[in-house]
Amino acid sequence: MNSRLINWFKFSSPASFYPLAGKMVPVFTLIAVMLIGVGLYMSFFVAPTDYKQGEGYRIIFVHVPAAWLSMFIYLVMAFWAALGLVFNTRLSGMMASSLAPTGAMFTFIALWTGAFWGKPMWGTWWVWDARLTSELILLFLYLGFIALQGAIDDSRRSDRAGALLILVGVVNIPIIHYSVKWWNTLHQGASVSVTQGSSMSSIMLWTMLIMALGFWAYAIAVALSRVRSIILERERDTTWVSELAEVRR
Amino acid sequence: MSVAEFFDMGGYALYVWSSFGVTAVLMVIEPLLLRKRRQSVLQRISRIIRMNSEEKL
Repeated sequence: MNSRLINWFKFSSPASFYPLAGKMVPVFTLIAVMLIGVGLYMSFFVAPTDYKQGEGYRIIFVHVPAAWLSMFIYLVMAFWAALGLVFNTRLSGMMASSLAPTGAMFTFIALWTGAFWGKPMWGTWWVWDARLTSELILLFLYLGFIALQGAIDDSRRSDRAGALLILVGVVNIPIIHYSVKWWNTLHQGASVSVTQGSSMSSIMLWTMLIMALGFWAYAIAVALSRVRSIILERERDTTWVSELAEVRR
Repeated sequence: MSVAEFFDMGGYALYVWSSFGVTAVLMVIEPLLLRKRRQSVLQRISRIIRMNSEEKL
């Protein structure tokens, strides 16, 4: 067996992942604080006023990163859910549960900032257009997952049920992404695309990317920190937990 | 640019600050809730361990 494979399975055990996550949380917290700090400075003092939307467009610097993260976190959850169903590893389910509240939060932020951007620019807080509606469904998927897991006491069964819900819901992600192409939406099309590059000024684009990276680092820090509590809750009867320094006070 | 002008955001103050404000509040509250959760888990586990060791005595 090659060494990389051995390492992966070693860290799939909660007992060895717990201290590893503990070391990673401060690193990602620092990255997040620095990037979001720089990103906020650029959002307000470096990025120029938009010729059409004035200062109102600055909402983009939280709206787009939050919307990206809301979909990205869901895909990461789906990855863990699939891994858990295939390999039956305990850690996978814990990672999926740990990511859900943060994903729901970013989905809410995307919807909230979207409403506060839509009101001045479109004249309405909300429309039932394809992009907005599919993003709302994403929020319900997150909340449904959290509620489903909370309703099942046995953690193995709640992990499996949650994983199924997550995997069925994955179909919603391409719908959100392509909604602005497939339907006539009030929501504008993508300003940044892998194939066509960006139609934004480069300083605005950089600000958005730095904020997105900052949010990404934040999500990692928060998810790892939450999974440590989940590990402790689920493994509280094991010897390794009872031998931890933070427990023996 | 004056401070008042900055906070006025070219007339979009309500929309810009509601967006950034709510985002900031949520991203500060979440780590605080996590810290509380960790503390309460640790307390619960150390209590159980203490009870078990007293039973053995």
